Amino acid sequence: MTFMPKPKIAHPDLPRNALGLTRRDYEGASSTLCAGCGHDSITAAITEAVWADSLEPQNLVKLSGIGCSSKTTAYFVSGAHGFNSVHGRMPSIATGANAANRTLRYIGVSGDGDTLSIGLGQFVHAIRRNLNMLYMIENNGVYGLTKGQFSASADLGSKAKKGEVNNQPPIDPVQLAITLGATFVARSFSGDKAQLVPLIQAAFHHPGFALIDVLSPCVTFNDHEGSTRSYSFTREHYEEAVHTDFVAPAMEIQADYPPGGTLPVTMHDGSRIMLRKVDPDYDPTNRGIALERIQQRMREGEHLTGLLYIGTDQPDLHGLNDTPDTALSHVPYAQLNPGPKALAKVMERYR
Amino acid sequence: MPANPTPNRVNDFVIKIGTVNGTGSASANGLLMKAIFRSGVPVVGKNYFPSNIQGLPTWYEIRVTRDGHRARAGQVDIMVALNAETYARDLQEVVSGGYFIYDSTWPRAALLKRDDITVLGVPLARLCNENFPGVRTRILMKNICYAGVLAALTGLDLDVIRTLLAATYAKKPQLVDSNMKAIQLGYDYATANFSCPLPLRIEKMNATDGHIIIDGNTATGLGCVYAGATVGAWYPITPSTSLMDAFKSFADKLRVDPVTGRKNYIMIQAEDELASIGMVIGACWNGARAFTATSGPGISLMQEFLGLAYYSETPTVIFDVQRVGPSTGMPTRTQQGDIRSAAYASHGDTRHVCLYPANPEECFAFAPVAFDLAERLQTPVLVLSDLDIGMNDWVCPELKWDDSYQPDRGKVLDAEQLKQVERFWRYYDHDNDGIPYRTLPGTDPKGAYFARGSGHTQYGGYTEDSKEYQIVVDRLRKKWLTAARLVPKAIIDSNPKNDIAIVTLGSGDGPAREALARLRAQGVHVNYMRVRGFPFGEEVEAFLAAHQRCYVVEQNRDAQLRALLTLETGVEKSRMRSILHYNGMPLTAGTIVDGIMAVMESRQIAPQLVGTKT
Repeated sequence: MTFMPKPKIAHPDLPRNALGLTRRDYEGASSTLCAGCGHDSITAAITEAVWADSLEPQNLVKLSGIGCSSKTTAYFVSGAHGFNSVHGRMPSIATGANAANRTLRYIGVSGDGDTLSIGLGQFVHAIRRNLNMLYMIENNGVYGLTKGQFSASADLGSKAKKGEVNNQPPIDPVQLAITLGATFVARSFSGDKAQLVPLIQAAFHHPGFALIDVLSPCVTFNDHEGSTRSYSFTREHYEEAVHTDFVAPAMEIQADYPPGGTLPVTMHDGSRIMLRKVDPDYDPTNRGIALERIQQRMREGEHLTGLLYIGTDQPDLHGLNDTPDTALSHVPYAQLNPGPKALAKVMERYR
Repeated sequence: MPANPTPNRVNDFVIKIGTVNGTGSASANGLLMKAIFRSGVPVVGKNYFPSNIQGLPTWYEIRVTRDGHRARAGQVDIMVALNAETYARDLQEVVSGGYFIYDSTWPRAALLKRDDITVLGVPLARLCNENFPGVRTRILMKNICYAGVLAALTGLDLDVIRTLLAATYAKKPQLVDSNMKAIQLGYDYATANFSCPLPLRIEKMNATDGHIIIDGNTATGLGCVYAGATVGAWYPITPSTSLMDAFKSFADKLRVDPVTGRKNYIMIQAEDELASIGMVIGACWNGARAFTATSGPGISLMQEFLGLAYYSETPTVIFDVQRVGPSTGMPTRTQQGDIRSAAYASHGDTRHVCLYPANPEECFAFAPVAFDLAERLQTPVLVLSDLDIGMNDWVCPELKWDDSYQPDRGKVLDAEQLKQVERFWRYYDHDNDGIPYRTLPGTDPKGAYFARGSGHTQYGGYTEDSKEYQIVVDRLRKKWLTAARLVPKAIIDSNPKNDIAIVTLGSGDGPAREALARLRAQGVHVNYMRVRGFPFGEEVEAFLAAHQRCYVVEQNRDAQLRALLTLETGVEKSRMRSILHYNGMPLTAGTIVDGIMAVMESRQIAPQLVGTKT
């Protein structure tokens, strides 16, 4: 961590995106997390993805709950509004915000405690509503701010820093989300930026609930011998099933993929997600196969990563409610007020 | 027949109908009440229903009140007892000189014996069995048949009933005929066997012109449509559910875009009250007018989020239709039990703007007021009605809409205004009224800020610095003083000669006004104040201070309004004497009159001297 404010100086030769903005324009406040924290790498990946996607900073909305992970929404895109809410309740704030204005892009950053313990109820119901948002779990298996208790994602047999062994089975957000009907489910690792950045870009263009569970080691409380969420353990035990490339509509011409090895998924806005299957038997459009393979690798102590499931045919919250394409928050009052004549007509029923 | 307790009971009596929940009696009761109302006579309807779908006892009470009172009478003159399970208690409830009507298909001569009332047996089941086929139809028609009996006994015009039925079943004319047939059966039986009409009878008046019958939840739902609310999030809970149902049904008609057919509103049934309040906060933060409706248990669950909305200064509107607590309590009975918990909901130094409507017309009027205050003050506003207001049928003046109304969206800077300022500081008190400026997501990077429930500076940054923290919470206190000037003023009816007063809020209004009239008739002159908002305006403290004794009338055990008045004003507690009613039934004027008279008698002061300065 640092106590020095970041100077806002951009070198003239820094690369610029379609809006003419540099990566520096998408940064946030300085992180106050521990040096080496996996979460900071994820923050960098989000910054990179949003810059590469040329998103106007004010059109991003950042939401979070409570915990180390939830603090990170302050550390990227300071030109976007953020709401750091209460523990485990970010999905409801996101639901309300999205209900009010569907035209903005929503990212929620949460942790394994915030999502899988106190916030499990809101997490699953946001999935049920197919809320159009990117939901990131920065998953380290441990409560950091309260100094090292196991979280609900801690693996069986994983050892805490003080030696205690976890003997309760973990909740896997990825399997849970696939079971509940989530339409974009991915897993990644904070140390694998090449995998994470296109996943984030793809998730932003997915017209529904997109979950990315990111294994993100806690350097202070869960990076020791015996931990199953340490940097070394994760590096050795994760395997990419599907590699994702994101192709924005403007980049379409340059995109050159060999036929056969790729599975293109076209999004509603014309962008494309190109899935390159590292494991040829993997089918990310089939929930049953996805679950079976994830579980099989898990039994072997491995984490399968990449975009593990995608479906694009389900309406989101607004589709289910038949609202206008524009923001409800911007409908002029004159259109919302039925007027005195309509009221007089309503009164007839009560006379 | 025994003599009537008072000489003139025309248009001044109470009918109570006891049936079994789920047997269709609601439509007959509504029909009767509406027929009396259409005869130009004011009525008060109270539904005493169980927390049950089918099988438990349920009652409906119609007070016919030529004087236009707006409270329960507290006595029953005509009891229609159709539930054998409750015969014994129903019999006891009839006032001396009253009438007890029951289904004499199964005679109960031995059981139903009281010398001071008249028992009228009507073979309802037999009449319906002889005239209608099918078990379900017979049960439903039995419950319409008694409406005919009552029409004959009270001299109600059958044409009025026929007109109402025709309007109700406009799309199913065969139902008009069968219902009318059942009514006629009861009417003819009563006319042939009893001396009709009774001294307790209806005579046409014209006291209901320009009035409607509506419940508070329906009026609130309609008010939210007119206030411009676009997002409603909720979790089902009695007695607030019908508020959201009303909003949806009005919005489905009044909020559909004529060109696209799309809906200019969204309703989200949340997974619990924690989520529903979170959705409201998220939507309001993002610029919509959003609201939720709940009751006591929901208010308990929303506490943490209410603290966040207060401290992050996010507009939030909550309609709390209070029911009997503590805990699950009695979900279908009324109480004013959330006054204290709503005012100070959440941990730490939190305090919330509250509004206390007294009747459906005020429920309608307060909906836009609640949204205006929430956005002007950037804080939660809780509108506290109760089951009595929310779910019972009230005669009200027709609701009117002032088309010049423009929503007060508060201090929101748009992109153009942001250009004019050098820097945007979210929590800075520019105007010295304690209210900062806010921006909406999507406006401009210059206006971006990070809303949080953790300690923050007036510039919007995170802090753990004592001084910076205190600047913000002290400004919130200043904003509170601004709020006291903006909430609806108390209604005061006072004569400087009187030095005692009744103080109440919400549904205490109807009974209190009736009590004032009754006391006046006994020569006791009492002033009146009805509090309508929290924080209390200056007028509240001035009124309390101007009286020797204030009787604080409220519907809870722990004198929650008096507790608030004691905490928030400088008036000594000893001046405020509580009259408390908390058994779940709506308050009556009698409770208030008895409470005041008991104090006077205990002080051995002649009533006519009390309350008047010499």
